[in-house]
Amino acid sequence: MHQLMNEHKHKHPPQYPYPHPHPHNDPTGAQEMIHFVLHDAHDSVAVVVVEGVKAGMALNGWIMDEDRMMNVDAKQDIPIGHKVALKNMAVGDTVIKYGIDMGKVVQAVQAGEHAHVHNIKTKRW
Amino acid sequence: MSVIDKSTTFLGYRRENGRVGVRNHVIILPLDDLSNASAEAVAHNIKGALAIPHPYGRLQFGADLDLHFRTLIGAGCNPNVAAVVVIGIEESWTKKVVDGIAATGKPVLGFGIEGHGDHETIMKASKAAREYVQWASEKQREVCPIHELWVSTKCGESDTTSGCGSNPTVGDAFDKLHGLGSTLCFGETTELTGGEHIVAARCANDQVRERFMFMFDRYQDVINRHKTSDLSDSQPTKGNIAGGLTTIEEKALGNIQKIGKKCSVDGVLDKAEMPTHPGLWFMDSSSAAAEMVTLCAASGYVVHFFPTGQGNVIGNPILPVIKICANPRTVRLMSEHVDVDSSGLLQREITLDQAGDKLLENMLRTANGRLTAAEALGHREFVLTRLYESA
Repeated sequence: MHQLMNEHKHKHPPQYPYPHPHPHNDPTGAQEMIHFVLHDAHDSVAVVVVEGVKAGMALNGWIMDEDRMMNVDAKQDIPIGHKVALKNMAVGDTVIKYGIDMGKVVQAVQAGEHAHVHNIKTKRW
Repeated sequence: MSVIDKSTTFLGYRRENGRVGVRNHVIILPLDDLSNASAEAVAHNIKGALAIPHPYGRLQFGADLDLHFRTLIGAGCNPNVAAVVVIGIEESWTKKVVDGIAATGKPVLGFGIEGHGDHETIMKASKAAREYVQWASEKQREVCPIHELWVSTKCGESDTTSGCGSNPTVGDAFDKLHGLGSTLCFGETTELTGGEHIVAARCANDQVRERFMFMFDRYQDVINRHKTSDLSDSQPTKGNIAGGLTTIEEKALGNIQKIGKKCSVDGVLDKAEMPTHPGLWFMDSSSAAAEMVTLCAASGYVVHFFPTGQGNVIGNPILPVIKICANPRTVRLMSEHVDVDSSGLLQREITLDQAGDKLLENMLRTANGRLTAAEALGHREFVLTRLYESA
């Protein structure tokens, strides 16, 4: 039974993008999926919340605190849960998330690129 | 309108000291590593008795020994426990745990192994456990007001979806419970690093703030004393980093979402201390999941909210652990571990208010007797916190 269920899962993988019931801020009322979310409009990085983000994709982002949308083009493949840079940042710049300091840039990063341990480090410890 | 208000009730077991539990365990509690075999033999003999093995209890001293006793006594006193059989190698330390638990009025008996051997100890302890199990099986649940449900939280295998989805879900539920006069708890001292100023600002008064900062600085000293180059593989963990979390500050800012937007921090506990009044308590604690949840059980909490991103599978023998997950991939790949799916938050399919209500609804069902995923899967991680080497 378990085997059968697994086979079933492989035959019908979940469909992305997810269908979305809300029109967001799109004046046409068309449904728009959310590719990334950020907490505060001043954040310099945001979290990718779907699988399969590839370089070149136009990404829709949801600013949670203000409940409005924004866009950025992905310049690299970014796994779900990982961050996309929203601004060009130089070495030494402070990275902002939740509207608060979350570390420093240790390798220059462009908007749309993957922002993680290879270009951001803690200021503590 | 939330799913809960002042008039909300749940069905719990009222214990001798007035506290209310949501489980009715008879536990066989070893004082030390040497007594695990007897404790497990008793639980094997007596159906419905639950052994809680652990690896410590010998040659500890000072504050570390105090914490050992406080944790074992606290676990026995937890209102999810109906009765306790304590087994220890020596009678005097065994009696210390028995006396600590007996102060609540709960049925408890202790047995020392030295001079008797495992066989005689197992026989005597099994007789006691059999009586307790039959006695406990007649206990009835009664209607209790929601503010009598003590709820703790700690997250694990966090990723960035924790800070955006599952942790704010807990925060919304905590805000609602706090408003009803509940007794709540959070901790994970090192995982506030980078956001400690936010917690300090939420403290109800200067006295609480000073005690919080004392606990925070005390733990930072431990980290600074023992760290090598940095803590990059432990805080954040490799799992956190795989999930997209980059720095301790980012992890902390996500972690703090669990205390919601409104609740004040009303008190500070040392590890395994019991709260003395309602409100949200900060407990100085490790951020390792099983250690922290065990401390919550020892402090008397009866339901636990555990948000996860990458899929932590933890449970506890005494404290039902409710898992909340907002990562759609984890929900898909590890569904058997997820009690509350809040991934809809990240696609704006549900509001935070709805996500919090969904968790509270699950909390009430769990309190009324529904087994959590971790309980059904047999997760019973009971891990004692150690402060330093044994003598």
